[in-house]
Amino acid sequence: MGANDTVITLKGSVEIVSEFFFTAINSILYQRGIYQPETFKRESKYGLTVLTTTDQGLLSYLGNVMSQMESWLIDGDVQRLVVVVTGIDSGETLERWQFNVLVENGDVEVSLMSANDENVSQNVVKKKLSGDGMENKRGAKNVKEVHDEIQAIIRQITASVTFLPLLNEPCSFDLLIYTNKTAIVPKKWDDSDPRYIMNSQEVKLRSFTTSFHKVESMVTYKEVDEWEL
Amino acid sequence: MTSNVVDFEDILNNGFSDANTSIRGVVRARWERKKLESNSNNSDCSDSENRKPLSMSDRFIPNRAAMDMEKSSHAILSFDGSESSVGERTDGGASEDEEHTINSVTSDMSEYKTSVLGIDDSKTRILSFADKAPAPRGDTVNNLQVLYSASTTSRKNKSSTKLVSRHIPSAPTRILDAPDLLDDYYLNLLSWSDTNVLAVALSQTVYLWNAETGHIDELCNVESEGPDAHISSVSWIQEGGGHLAVGTSWGKTMLWDVNTQKQLRKMDGHSDRVGALSWNRHILSSGGRDNIIVNHDVRIAEHNVATLASHTQEVCGLAWSPDGMTLASGANDNKLCLWDATASSISRPRYELTEHQAAVKALAWSPHERNLLATGGGTADRCIKFWNTQSGSMLQSVDTGSQVCALQWNPYEKEILSSHGFARNQLCLWKYPTMAKVKELDGHTARVLHMAVSPDGSSVVSAAADETLRFWEVFAPPSKALSGKRGASDLPGRARSKKLSKTMQIR
Repeated sequence: MGANDTVITLKGSVEIVSEFFFTAINSILYQRGIYQPETFKRESKYGLTVLTTTDQGLLSYLGNVMSQMESWLIDGDVQRLVVVVTGIDSGETLERWQFNVLVENGDVEVSLMSANDENVSQNVVKKKLSGDGMENKRGAKNVKEVHDEIQAIIRQITASVTFLPLLNEPCSFDLLIYTNKTAIVPKKWDDSDPRYIMNSQEVKLRSFTTSFHKVESMVTYKEVDEWEL
Repeated sequence: MTSNVVDFEDILNNGFSDANTSIRGVVRARWERKKLESNSNNSDCSDSENRKPLSMSDRFIPNRAAMDMEKSSHAILSFDGSESSVGERTDGGASEDEEHTINSVTSDMSEYKTSVLGIDDSKTRILSFADKAPAPRGDTVNNLQVLYSASTTSRKNKSSTKLVSRHIPSAPTRILDAPDLLDDYYLNLLSWSDTNVLAVALSQTVYLWNAETGHIDELCNVESEGPDAHISSVSWIQEGGGHLAVGTSWGKTMLWDVNTQKQLRKMDGHSDRVGALSWNRHILSSGGRDNIIVNHDVRIAEHNVATLASHTQEVCGLAWSPDGMTLASGANDNKLCLWDATASSISRPRYELTEHQAAVKALAWSPHERNLLATGGGTADRCIKFWNTQSGSMLQSVDTGSQVCALQWNPYEKEILSSHGFARNQLCLWKYPTMAKVKELDGHTARVLHMAVSPDGSSVVSAAADETLRFWEVFAPPSKALSGKRGASDLPGRARSKKLSKTMQIR
């Protein structure tokens, strides 16, 4: 393993977390069809083929958010990142991908869920929530282990198309960052409302942890009215 | 909140007494009248008297009238402390009662937020970047739309553009019932021997159907292993059709002698169900839900010759190349692995290919070209991909618009048949390498999970979640007149290719 055995530092942890956010956001944008699939390129990351955008405007937006995110992460001010998917015409929030950031201390438990299930049929929303309290690990982890956990989350995001309702209208997205009140906020950032979804369903996804940050992920989505099916 | 509860009780009671009335006639009992009166007095809904009578069914029908949407929405929007865009309630005369309700909702919500969501209003700021992300270009169509918009009736019949000279019947030549066939993508429940016997596993039982005589035999039944026990895979030995490998839900792989109807061996190695099997002469490879692949040498007592571990989720597809040099494995971790025949328990795969975005179950080696492998991905992927297994490079990828459950090459022509899930549950014949659609075969009413080709290579049987087996004459050999024109040398008949493979095995 060599270099991978090195223990993760705070700075390294921040890099891992923000790289994960970048990849996760890109996966969401691709898998949920928010941007045209042709504008994404394939890239190898975490032992997976992930798709990242090539759209310059989008890249610079993500770059801006991510660099600010990194400085907040270093200060320990980030509580969560939310990717809000909104219908352009209706203005309604349709999906909310939520990534909670917890600053680590001591024991960690990882919850498991198998979302990657080909047997889930498309038109029936089924959720499989099973097994939790998997591993109890204390102290340092190497990058490889963290990448394996991240891989599982990215895979779940990919697999989520099997249970999430189809986004029928053109959608846009926005990133909300929940910070501590004490965080230093640059001019370009505005307060926002949480953009909750009415009648929502939520599915918890896996989590990962570096020794400094624990990131829990989940997705909430607008429940499809049964009579519309 | 409180008034909602009152309303709700009111409705329930009314509904209840109405139901009684219908039984006993028109006259209401005194207590019923009392109750009605007191309810209409208490209720703050002015329209409670002219509320429509509720239907007298025994089902609970939610009634939106009982909820005060405006109030709830106000409460939700304002608990945050942010300037609500809804503005103040315009009716002004909000009574103390209502105020109280809103307050209690608000405090309930913030309690919920702190305790459940872990957000403390006083400590959190929600921020978003002022320069928003660029809007997607107008004509973005969700690429998942294909899954849903693919109407079961619409068909673009491209076969009119004569891609093949032979006639391919659109209807199955035969349909058999397959009751209790498990609707599970991860299993492999169908296999056709070169002695023309079809093995199919229906839940707990393996049946053998002789395609020549139509005779049906029950080979084995695993009922004795418990109510949840089932057969998870079947696979015929390559030559002779004398032996059938059977994978089970409790991790054992059985080997049956079909002629004597006896179980020869029971091989362990897995801790969970065995969903995939593939033969390479005397080596039987089995893949399980425990993420590993075990190579069994069925001739010797210590049958476990290699345990291949690279997948991180259930192995659902296994296929040995026709030359016996490479084992392809696909799993729910979206990975396709290629293993050398010489791989041992400590080996890593020759290649780990991660291009698929969903589980890889469908695997098919080309009978025409060495080292050409076709693979199909699940719902999130929907692609058929072609690989050069020597270099590990992807040659081609086609989005089929639907879950790919199984793939089968035409032994006579460079064509590949794929079977699909939602929405059309069709079989689709493609020309390789152009990947032009030759024919679509509809008929199944649920996803087509498994396929097997007959020993003469002319027909294909498909097993679907609609619990039927359908036989299709898709791969008929080129007619004599045609083959005469082409000359005997380029006739890639199944018989010939079989001879070829035999000589290869002797080598």
